Parts: sequence; structure tokens; C-alpha cells
Amino acid sequence: MPAGLNCWHAFVLNSMSSTENKLIVHSIESFGTHDGPGIRLVVFLQGCNLQCKYCQNADTIALKGGTPTEMESLVKRAVNMKTYFGDDGGVTVSGGEPMLQSKVLIPFFEALKKEGIHTNIDTNGLIRIPEAKQLISELSDLVMFDVKATTEEGFKTITGAKGLGRLLENIQLREQSKKPYWLRYVLVPDYTDSEESLRWLIETFSGNKYLEKLEILPYHKLGIYKWESLGMDYQFKEIKENTPEQIERAFEMLKPHFKDVIVK
Amino acid sequence: MDLENTFKTGRWCKVIEVKDFVTLNITPYTGDHKFLEGPTARTSKLWDICKEALKEERQNNGLRDVDVNVVSGLTAFEAGYIDKESEVIVGLQTDKLLKRAMKPYGGYNVVKKALSEHGLKPNPIIHESFSKYTKTHNDGVFDAYTDEIRKFRSLGFLTGLPDNYARGRIIGDYRRVALYGINRLIEAKKEDLQKITGPMSDATIRLREEVSEQIRALSDMIEMGNIYGLDLSRPAQNAQEAVQWTYMAYLAAVKEQDGAAMSLGSVSSFLDIFIEKDIQDGKITETDAQEYIDQFVMKLRMVRHLRMEAYDQIFAGDPTWVTESIGGLLIDGRSKVTKTSFRFLNTLYNLGPSPEPNITILWSKNLPKGFKDYCAKVSIETSSIQYENDDLMRTSSNCDDYGIACCVSMQELGKHIQFFGARTNLAKTLLLAINSGRCENTGTQMVDGIPFIEEEYLDYDKVIANFKIAMKEVARVYNEAMNIIHFMHDKYYYEKAQMALIDTNPKINIAYGIAGLSIVADSLSAIKHAKVKPIRDENGLTVDFEIEGDFPKYGNDDDRVDHIARDVVEHFNLELEKLPVYKNAMPTMSVLTITSNVVYGKKTGATPDGRAKGVAFAPGANPMHGRDTHGVIASLNSVAKIDYKDSKDGISNTLSVVPKSLGATPEMRIENLVRTLDGYFGCNAQHLNVNVLDRDTLLHAMEHPEDHPQLTIRVSGYAVNFVRLTREQQQEVLTRSFHETM
Repeated sequence: MPAGLNCWHAFVLNSMSSTENKLIVHSIESFGTHDGPGIRLVVFLQGCNLQCKYCQNADTIALKGGTPTEMESLVKRAVNMKTYFGDDGGVTVSGGEPMLQSKVLIPFFEALKKEGIHTNIDTNGLIRIPEAKQLISELSDLVMFDVKATTEEGFKTITGAKGLGRLLENIQLREQSKKPYWLRYVLVPDYTDSEESLRWLIETFSGNKYLEKLEILPYHKLGIYKWESLGMDYQFKEIKENTPEQIERAFEMLKPHFKDVIVK
Repeated sequence: MDLENTFKTGRWCKVIEVKDFVTLNITPYTGDHKFLEGPTARTSKLWDICKEALKEERQNNGLRDVDVNVVSGLTAFEAGYIDKESEVIVGLQTDKLLKRAMKPYGGYNVVKKALSEHGLKPNPIIHESFSKYTKTHNDGVFDAYTDEIRKFRSLGFLTGLPDNYARGRIIGDYRRVALYGINRLIEAKKEDLQKITGPMSDATIRLREEVSEQIRALSDMIEMGNIYGLDLSRPAQNAQEAVQWTYMAYLAAVKEQDGAAMSLGSVSSFLDIFIEKDIQDGKITETDAQEYIDQFVMKLRMVRHLRMEAYDQIFAGDPTWVTESIGGLLIDGRSKVTKTSFRFLNTLYNLGPSPEPNITILWSKNLPKGFKDYCAKVSIETSSIQYENDDLMRTSSNCDDYGIACCVSMQELGKHIQFFGARTNLAKTLLLAINSGRCENTGTQMVDGIPFIEEEYLDYDKVIANFKIAMKEVARVYNEAMNIIHFMHDKYYYEKAQMALIDTNPKINIAYGIAGLSIVADSLSAIKHAKVKPIRDENGLTVDFEIEGDFPKYGNDDDRVDHIARDVVEHFNLELEKLPVYKNAMPTMSVLTITSNVVYGKKTGATPDGRAKGVAFAPGANPMHGRDTHGVIASLNSVAKIDYKDSKDGISNTLSVVPKSLGATPEMRIENLVRTLDGYFGCNAQHLNVNVLDRDTLLHAMEHPEDHPQLTIRVSGYAVNFVRLTREQQQEVLTRSFHETM
């Protein structure tokens, strides 16, 4: 069991037992154009159950810190943005791992729904508590699952913990609920970009009817400075960013098998 | 071609009213930009010559040539050409490309100074005339200024007032010359003059004199046309003439006046009616149409005025504000977008990016999608255009035929003018409230009746009470200065050529302005939500402020501070509205700085928001640099809360984003920018400059200006060639918030 697991378990319990409708917020981006469809209010929540070696928001991992923020004030922010949303914009909760705060996300999403605002969760998909399941199967208009790796071993190497099985269960839950979702796949050279990995993606997901989009995220090191400023060791330093050919190859291989494949 | 037999007739045939002609004859276009053509060989040849001349101008310290022997006027110069054989639209301000002219009626000292900075002097006869016999606007103003006004001016409470340069901002309805011909315009003015009869009050006498001047200017305009072999006495007979006649009318204005802003109005869809007719009749092709517009725009890019260096501090980069407003809707709901709207934008590709003409899109939610997308594309690729909220302005004034005077100010064409009033420094006004009415830099007593604040920590209610006294007094002095300035401008530098193209008794608004809004809002927020301790010198003047705790900052969609900003604007505007104005003009206010935010900052001591002494203000109504930490839309939403009814002369906001932050693909970027504009204006915001740039491009241009001669950036209601800004202004642009979160 990874060292942090007890810790985040406590965090989940803590946030669940909270009677106040407060989310622990890391930061807010009102002009999210890369986290779901359209223009989005992206609420980055503090705290993660994983510690991905390439995390670009390393400062959101810690379970301490963040700013407790009234859910109502976030709803107001979103309502103020309605004129910008157009047909498909809305709110995305990201992180950190937003599902750690599922308990408060439920009334948050319910309030947004009442305002007619589209909701989206950007998640690693590992949390299986009832509130998280409710968000996945009912409440969220869209879910974006990160697929970190295609084997349990690979998953552990990248994230520090096993969890592929739980992720697949949650994706299955979403599929069965007949609601749209996206997958995001970080293409890490030598770790996740082998032909075998890509074939696994095709075999596992290409038949899924409600999978609307597969986003290929080329590997980049833009987040290193955050690791360094936190005094943490960035272990993937040696890995080179993908060549255009590597990206092209993956794209060409995946494209015929899914409704929509895009490279970010 | 008899226009009345060619086009749909109506009211415009009986009275001078271009708007009626446009409404009846416009052909709205709902398609995309694919029909557009590139430049002709002639256009490219001309532009190459211009580029070479521009290079010479840059290399010669911003002045390629100047005539020291002639006082500019409509007929003062022989015809000038870039390359006569290649020109389908002719006319230059002087007899040579980029040669500037003296216009000393605004202020002779300014002309002398501008020349001496280049080692030149005016011709001795002109010197004698303006030293001994001819009084200027500037002389008149300073004869009348009180000691108090001088004090407010010299210490930086009022800055950039048009008291030693021409006020500008008046937009002649230049289309009238093309539609009616000048003979008909003279006839109409003569009829007006006959009707202006006794009793002979000051106002009546003045108006009779003004209309007589206008008639003389119209005759001069015919003569000016003759110099180029053009018969402006009659209406334009085809598309080429319509463009040429309109340009000649504008040229008359910039030969006579060197006002800070010399807007063009809204000519594109008017010209489109003539172009559409000629295309329908098979007389011209799309290539011809684009050639007229390219060459017209090229001429507009070559407009120059003689300026002294100090002028550059308030209006950096040698701007002329040839503001052309494009788009918007008609009152009946039809779109005013025509193919010629696209053709104007296309000049930014055919001739490359440029700050002038200052292309302003009148944005409506209901503009055709093809046009919205094209505007966004042009913004992303050139950073050369700005946007104003047509839905807001059209509905609040019930007017669909207007231009933008200068940067952001709405002006009904041919029926309305404004008196430009620069701005007052609201941040310094706030410091008066904390320094018992004394200037924080000099200790000079500016305003009486403000009690000294003795407490260790500033008390919000006490500061507000004092601030209200300060605002009232600053408004009074500001109003007095404005009345003097416009009285004298009318007397000594009346815009006869422009006023000849405007109704005889137009509506007038006086355009006050404020600078430093974000600093005032954040300062008051700090005083209210944190603890602010003033640090005072031995005379009790504040030199710094210590802030304990955090406070909400303007620019994050947070009502706790945004409403402070909104309320300050409302209050100061109300104070201004109470005061009597010259010619009974209607008081209005803008939140706009041009580039004076840098010089305002220099003149202002440390402020309670934590800003250090001398640091530049944010431009216009923008949040202070780097304090808008919640992304673009939160920042826009804060500005959108300022109520247009309190700031009818405009609320300027400048947005800078890096390309990638708009979206992953070019298509998504266009879509997201369109949504941003729809969203912002959907919140009743008024104005937005859009820059889509990487900071690295600007850094590179600072080091290698020769590689970026046409790099254009929107600053505050206008655009500049980045390489023509001073180093200091370039630095200031770089410190602004570039939204880059992905």
C-alpha cells in the first residue's frame, strides 16, 4: 500500500463528514479552453490520491493546503459566466482528484444543473465511494477519465499505486449509465506509447458506445518547475518529449477505431 | 449617373441624411470571407514605396520630412502622389508622401518645439505672424486659465488636456461629399444660415459666424479637388469616385486639423452600395473593388501630424486615430455587414497588419456568423482590431448610424459632436482624501475642507467621506478647465471643414475621463477588507502604505471590490453631471487612458493598494497588472460591472492572450474568441481590445525592431506599431497580464 493511501482515505472521510458545503480549492481558471468542450470555468481542487511522476500540477497533490470555498460562491461564478458558455461550455472540476470531494460535488452539480449549466469531471477514475459512483452514473453531464497506463504494472510505475481495475469498473459504470464520456491518454515515450499499449486501448474501449472522444496528450515537462519549487524530485526528467512522428503514428493507429480522436 | 434614378429614393433626396440612403440601399452580406481577393500589382507597388518611406521615417527619428514654409490648409499644397500611374485613389496631406505640415492654430509653441526637436525652425514670416499678429487656441486658453486650474494641471491631477493641441474627436460625415456633391451641401448650409436670425445673442452670432466659415471651407474643398483634377462639386458617379470623394472629404479634415483623434466614421457599408451597383452592372470586378479599398486604406495609413516629443507620453507611437467602425445592426434588425466590411478587414492581409486605420467592429450577438468568425480570425492573426458593443450602444441611444470618436466614444454621424476632455487622475484624487487635501508629492494645498486622518489604520468610512469631498472639488476644477478649452478652441481653431459636413446645430457631449480606476478600487478594497497603515513623512504626507492581511482585488469577478469600482464611477460621473457646460453640452465620462497610464503613474505617489510610487497604472478600466488571477473571463466580468449609463463616453478594456490559451486548434481559437466576445458584450460591457500574442514575440521585437516593422498591438482604445513605442512603454506592455493558462 502506498504511503499516502491512509492519508487520502482520511481526507475523503474528512471532506465527507464535513457539514459545510465547502470545496477545498487549489485555484480557479475562468477561461478553460482545454478541459472539456467550449469555454469552461475550471475549478482545480486540492489533493490527490495518486502521485503521477509527470504530474503538471504537482502543487495540487498535497492533501493539505487549498482554500475552503463556499459552494455557493462557485455557483455564482459559473452563473456569471453563462453568457460565455454558448451551447457546450460549462463547469469542469479538476485537480488534484476532484472525486475525493464527491460529497460536496453532489450539491454543487445539482445547483449547477438547476441553473442549466453543463458539468464535467476530470478524474483519474479510481474513487469508488457511493457519492463518486452517483456523480459518474447520474449527475455529471460529462466525465473525462484519465487512462494512465494499460497494465497494472505500468499504472503503478506512473502513478505510484495500482488502480487500473478500479478505473475500468468506473468507466464501465459510466458506459452502462448511457452518458457521454471522454478518455484522456498521456503518450509517454517508452512507457505508454508502445504498439501493444495502443492495441490494448483499441481492444478495451473501441466498442464503447458512449465514449465520445479520445484525447491524446503528448508528454511534456511544463510542470517541472512546480516540482522543483516544492522541493520534490521529478523522476521523469530523462524522458524526452514525443517526436511529431511518434504522435502521428499513435494518432493514425487509434483514429479509425474511435468516434473522435484528437491530439492536444 | 443620376443617383436619385439609380438608387432607392427616400428622405435622403430631400434633406442631407446619408443614414436614410444607407438604410434603403444596403445589401447585407451573410457569407464568409472566401470571395476576397489579394492586392493588385499596382497596390503592391505602392505599398512597397510606402514601406520604404516608413523605414526612412523610423530611421529619421520619426520624421521623414516637414514643410516649414507653409501653414497647412485645404489648398495649401500642390497635388502629392505616391506613384501617380499606380494610384486609383489619390490625395496626400501635403505634396509628398509622409511629409508633415505645420498647423499652428492649436498652439504655435508646440509647432516650434516639434520643429526644434529636429533642428528646424518655421519660416521667419510665419514666425513673425504667429508671434505678433495671430492668436492661437493655446494662447486663448492660458489667458483664461485660473491659478487653480494651472495648479491641478501642473501637478498631474488633470493631464493631457487639449489646451495646447487640437481637440479632435469630431467626425465629419465624409460620405456626404460622395452622395450629394459639395454644391448641394453649400446650398443647404446657405439655407441654414438664412434661418439663423435675431435677436443676436452670443450663441446666435457665434453660429452665424461658424456656418459662414463652413461655407467657405466647402468652397475650399471644391478647390482642393480641382488640384487633383476631381470635380467634387457634384456627387460621385461610380464606386471609384465614391471612395475617392469620401477620402477627399476626410483629407480636407486632416489638412486643416491635427486633432488628437481624427476618426473616419463608418464608411464601409456606405461605399459598398456604390461598389455593389458597379459589380451588378458588370462595370468592375471584385479585384477592382478590393483595389479601391486597399488604396484608400493605404492613404489613411499615411496620415501624419507634426507632434512634439512630450506628446508621445500621452499618445505613444504617433497615432492618428483614423477610426473606422464596421458592422453593427440597423434598428430594423438587419445586419450592416456588407462585402465591403470584409474588404476593409482584408486590407490587414493585403497590406499587412497596421494600427491605422483604427478598425473597430461594432459587435452584435446577431451579426452573421461568417463575419464574426472572420473578425476573430483577423484578431488572432493581426491583433489589429477592437470591438465595441453595438447592442448596448444602438439600443441605449436608438441610433444605428454612428462612428467611434477616437478610441471608444460613440458619435452619431453628421448629427452629433463631442468635446474631448482627456482625463483626471482619480488615484491622486484618492490620495487627496488621505492627505487632508494636499498633493502627496509636493504638499501643495489643492482642496480645502478635508480633515486630517489621524488614526494609525485607515478607516473606510472616513476615507470615503473625504474622497467624496475631493471628487467634488476635482470635478469642479476639471469642468472649469474644459469650458475654457472648448470656448477657445471654437474661437481660434474651429473645425470648419468637418463641421461643414455635420448638421448646423448638432448635439454635443462633453467627454470627461478618469484614469486609475483599478488602483482606486483596490485601494478602497484594501482599506475595507484588510488593515492599511499609512506611512507619513515629517509633513504628514503619505509616502507608503503597510497592508496587513489580504483583500479582494478588482479583476476576479468578486463583487466585494467590483462594486466599489462601479460605485466610484457612478459617483464621480454624478459630480460632473451637476456642473454647467459650455454650449450646453451633455456631460459624459469615459474610463480610458490611451497610453497616459504610464505618465499618470509617474506623477502619483504610493497608493493604499500596495502600488509603489511612480508605478504605471493599468490602462483604461483594466484590472491592475497581474492581480487578475482567475483567468480571462473573471477579469472581463469585473470590468463589465461598470455601468455604461455612468460612463457613456466609453469603458476601455484591453485583453492580451497567448494563442494557445484560446484553444488547441485554429478553429477552436476562432470559436472561443467569438464566444468570449458574445459573452462579454452579453454582460453589457462596452469595449474590448484583443491582442493574441506571445510575450516572446514582443521581446524579440524589442531587440530586433527591424524584423518587426508592422508588428501591431492594441494598447488602450487604439493600436500602435510596437517598435514605435518608447522602451519604457514597451516594458509596461510586457508587465501587463498575458493570460496564458492552458
